[in-house]
Amino acid sequence: MISFERVGKRYPNGREALTDLSFEVHDGEMVFLTGRSGAGKSSVLKLIALIERPTRGQVIVNGDNTGRLALRRVPYFRRSMGVVFQDHRLLMDRPVFDNVALPLIVTDTAFREIERRVRAALDQVGLLGKERVAPLELSVGEQQRVCIARAIVSKPPLLLADEPTGNLDATLAAEVMGLFRRFNEVGVTVVVATHDLPLVRESGLREITLDDGRLGTPAAHADG
Amino acid sequence: MMAALARRRRTPMASLSNWTARHGHALVSTAGHLGRHGLATALTVAVMGLALALPLALNVLVRNVRDATGDFSEAVGLSVYFKPDIPEQKARQLASIAGQRTGVASATLISASEALAEFRAQSGFGAALDALPDNPLPNVLTIRPAPGADSPSQLEALRSYLLSWPEVDSVQLDRDWVLRFSAIMQLLRRVVLITAVLLGAGVIAVVGNTIRLEILHRRDEIEVTKLVGGTNAFVRRPFLYAGVLYGLAAGAIAWGLVAIAGVSLAPAAEHLAAAYGSSFTLRGPDVYELGALLLGGIVLGWLGAWIAAARQLARIEPRTA
Repeated sequence: MISFERVGKRYPNGREALTDLSFEVHDGEMVFLTGRSGAGKSSVLKLIALIERPTRGQVIVNGDNTGRLALRRVPYFRRSMGVVFQDHRLLMDRPVFDNVALPLIVTDTAFREIERRVRAALDQVGLLGKERVAPLELSVGEQQRVCIARAIVSKPPLLLADEPTGNLDATLAAEVMGLFRRFNEVGVTVVVATHDLPLVRESGLREITLDDGRLGTPAAHADG
Repeated sequence: MMAALARRRRTPMASLSNWTARHGHALVSTAGHLGRHGLATALTVAVMGLALALPLALNVLVRNVRDATGDFSEAVGLSVYFKPDIPEQKARQLASIAGQRTGVASATLISASEALAEFRAQSGFGAALDALPDNPLPNVLTIRPAPGADSPSQLEALRSYLLSWPEVDSVQLDRDWVLRFSAIMQLLRRVVLITAVLLGAGVIAVVGNTIRLEILHRRDEIEVTKLVGGTNAFVRRPFLYAGVLYGLAAGAIAWGLVAIAGVSLAPAAEHLAAAYGSSFTLRGPDVYELGALLLGGIVLGWLGAWIAAARQLARIEPRTA
């Protein structure tokens, strides 16, 4: 599903975010990306979502080489994944329904179908009945779940999440993690970047640890 | 399995309803957006409407001048002087032949004796005329061209035709007046055209700038839309619709303004016409001009929006914090 081959990423400001990074994530797998802030977790997610392209090496997602994908193909490429952003990136001036419906609207889905699937997605994150509420009236945890609903509404085969539990207390964090586990159980490949190590250890799932843009060892961060 | 999820089968009915959904959504959300920003929308549309109103007003003016001079064209005509030895009887016959020619509205004979009587009454030279042995005035035929047959070249052709009659001594053509008038009308039409082009460019600039600001204002929304897989075409669509709606509203406003101006000027114009003994009535903008204006508004609005969107949207690519 995802394959990094000796990937390097240097930003225009000269900062070297990733160096010689290789790893694979298999179809239907759920993995965690861990490491200190600045270790390169966000860069890895940006490279997978094609928000950035690699400076060196190859990133293959769903069979597409992201370094070579034509600009006009990018929107279609992005439709095969749902992304949960650290800062939510919700449209604050639109109700919850419009926010969640966006990935379906861009694919010209008929309205009745949109309605049905938005309700299904909100049901899955426990927000059914909040369709007409503005995101600002929701708690931080609820906003996070709206963002998750938007990521899964088009039933993408790949789900990416950047610090999805960052602003949540332990109970909410466990709930959100449980949601990702459930999506994974129905076949969705899930990649979660997080620094919430207890939660990762508890899950018993594979962990890809980054240290200064390279692969590190999980043990090195056991105390972090 | 994943690929199968991503791919969906499309039937013709499904793609039709997708098309409807796509454009319906863009149109409704755009109209809603413009409505929510009522004041800004109203100001933009008002500026565009005024810009479109000016060329329309000029066009209506030119049309009315042309209508009004339908009356003046009676002052345009040919005077046919028969040779002195042609009897009145013969002249009347020729007058009726001339009157039936196409392009001739009327052919009126002023016989030598009528002319003499009129001259005697109006000139005050009655006594002097009595001293003359014969009537020195010839029979004269006054010809008015039909409307649409009064161009300089058509009048010239009519003149040559009448000159070819053996009974005719000379034909006088009020040609300078026709030429000057036609030149003035041509100049006015050119002014209308230039004004329309300049103000049309102004309308494009106003729409373009409005849409540019709108795009910058909705930058976050555009980024998120691109992040969830929205194509450039999808992102551009609502802005193009906004341009079209602006243009449509501006066209309607321009027509309304000129129509109101026409109605309020009509009594004064009729008063003036009456003073010249004319039954001319001012005609405001008509339904063809409305159609042209709405169509023009749509095209200009779309063009302005497209230029702004093409420049701005390509620059907005998703960034994450």
